Amino acid sequence: MKSTEPFNDIAPTLIFTYGNPSRGDDGLGPAMFELLENSKQTSHDLDKVDLLTDYQLQIEHSVDLEHRECVLFIDASVSAEAPYEFHQLQPERDNSYTTHAMSPVSVLDVYQQINQCKPPPSYMLTIRGYEFGLGQALTEQAELNLQQGYDFIKQLLATDFEQWPKIRARDDKENK
Amino acid sequence: MSSDNISSQLETAKNPEDMERIVINPLTRVEGHGKVTLLQDENLNIKQARLHISEFRGFEKFIQGRPYWELPVLVQRLCGICPVSHHLAAAKATDMIVGAAELTPTAEKIRRLMHFGQTLQSHALHFFHLCSPDLLFGFDDDVRHRNIIGVIEDSPEIAKQGVLLRKYGQEVIRVTSGKRIHGTGAIPGGVNKTLSKKEIDYLKADIDQIISWSQDAVVLIKRIFFEHYDYHMSFGTIDSNMLSLTGNDGAFDIYHGGLRARDEKGKIIFDHVDYTNYGDYIKEGVKNWSYMKFPFITSIGQDDGWYRVGPLARVNNCDFFTTPMAEKERQEFIATGNGLPVQSTLAFHWARLIEVLHCAEAIKELLNDSDISGTELLNRGELQSTGIGVIEAPRGTLFHHYEINDDGIVEKANLIVSTTNNNQAMNESIRKVASQYLDGNKLTEPLLNQIEVAVRAYDPCLSCATHAMGKMPLQINLVNANDELIDRLEKRVTGEIDRTV
Repeated sequence: MKSTEPFNDIAPTLIFTYGNPSRGDDGLGPAMFELLENSKQTSHDLDKVDLLTDYQLQIEHSVDLEHRECVLFIDASVSAEAPYEFHQLQPERDNSYTTHAMSPVSVLDVYQQINQCKPPPSYMLTIRGYEFGLGQALTEQAELNLQQGYDFIKQLLATDFEQWPKIRARDDKENK
Repeated sequence: MSSDNISSQLETAKNPEDMERIVINPLTRVEGHGKVTLLQDENLNIKQARLHISEFRGFEKFIQGRPYWELPVLVQRLCGICPVSHHLAAAKATDMIVGAAELTPTAEKIRRLMHFGQTLQSHALHFFHLCSPDLLFGFDDDVRHRNIIGVIEDSPEIAKQGVLLRKYGQEVIRVTSGKRIHGTGAIPGGVNKTLSKKEIDYLKADIDQIISWSQDAVVLIKRIFFEHYDYHMSFGTIDSNMLSLTGNDGAFDIYHGGLRARDEKGKIIFDHVDYTNYGDYIKEGVKNWSYMKFPFITSIGQDDGWYRVGPLARVNNCDFFTTPMAEKERQEFIATGNGLPVQSTLAFHWARLIEVLHCAEAIKELLNDSDISGTELLNRGELQSTGIGVIEAPRGTLFHHYEINDDGIVEKANLIVSTTNNNQAMNESIRKVASQYLDGNKLTEPLLNQIEVAVRAYDPCLSCATHAMGKMPLQINLVNANDELIDRLEKRVTGEIDRTV
């Protein structure tokens, strides 16, 4: 099947944000997408990055991971430590495949199963959110976390992929 | 379908205070959250079964005060599962508001292409991801294996086809709506983009493969269905009225047409009804134990006027498919009813896959139609204060109704979603299953899964597009008449089940 190939060349890095922009801080992922997309217009540090966004993750998103060197998922969370958490992901069978929306690790697992090979190195940036009510805007604190997360991504993209796990370690230490 | 049926008698127990209450909450592998409560007497007989859906109608309020031209984009946020359904239903409603009685051929065909793409991907997800584990492995398979991962392990090709069918449908949506999500393709009075040759060639490249896989999927469901024919024909089977749109000539049509309703014997109740008059034919009833409404056919009344929508109703209701392979499959499907509508609840799956095949065939036809690269995209007329749009969403008939003021601001909105239309029918099916398989038995996970299997057949979309899953594993509470918890089963993230009280 050829339609897995998009019109344009596949960038080595994929940043995949998800969430519902109509549900308060659940929109942190899509808000980050907008920030990054705007940045793409004005600077070159995202030239080798594809940006994708969706309400939630599903099985077909495993196809978006093909031919990538690195993947960064971005989501909101009520339980993450503020302003954000960052860590590497490994394929895992959690219970999210029983629902209409999957976790990133479960998408990686589907990738591994259907392609019979390991998925590209994948990371999770979880931005702390606070209110998820229908029709609400981002909270003030979430906006601040979003900006810090954005700065972190810029720093991340300026770093070789091999160094990303170390960034996680450094970030964890700082958080503690 | 009469209210005298056993299933209807299980709606309300005579002495609920004497019963044990079992709650299946949340249901898994349906879109969103719902729960089932069962009341069992001391002899383990099921005396009451109810499906509760925590419907949240706040969106209608949320829409009020917004300009009508925002609606096709705004309503996509109703649901992360079928945003395109809401996008198109709202677009049709706003067509009426802007006085566009007809769309240009280009606009209508691009919208149809988008709709076929979304129906294809939605059905593919439902069959390959949510239901095939039950159907391929059996309803009493080990719960740890009865999931999509089990399908991938045992039948990697089937699983991969499911992923790629869904991906293709998403690509059709992306190309026709301009974006992967929050598409703006359909606007009041038409569409805002045509299709380029590059886009058409891109989609054409895979369509023959998609048709072939869709054919394989129909063969697969028929094999599954006929291997245990009696079981599939009787499981959760209820006699119901059926409602759907059909084309003016009686053809299967999921984008536009008149409302047609048949009774449980297949006799026409009403036909070719202009859907803008839906309020004269359908009412929404209420019950004191549920927040979700119970629509019914007005002329029959609430007790017996409930109906089913979705693939089963559509394939039963239409006179023919316009595409040859789907039409051949429809004829085989209808033949199993021996002159009556096919009422098997599990036949939803079969009908759904016939629709997948039709969508694939219809996408190919449209990709070869020069109108989809036309340049006349919009029609406009005189502004109206009322907009009503109805489409056949993947899960069934979807109504959007808006009233606007002189400034174009929405003052009133009423949405009847597919799952609400199937509310009573899903309740009837679980009561049937409860009386067929649970009555007199000690409750176990495979038995409780039978209830979920009946609900899943309808592919209910209870989604609110949040992603709170993983925090709500399956939990079954056993509560006595004083609401005291006396037992609890929990399904852990590993799929293992523990008794935690």
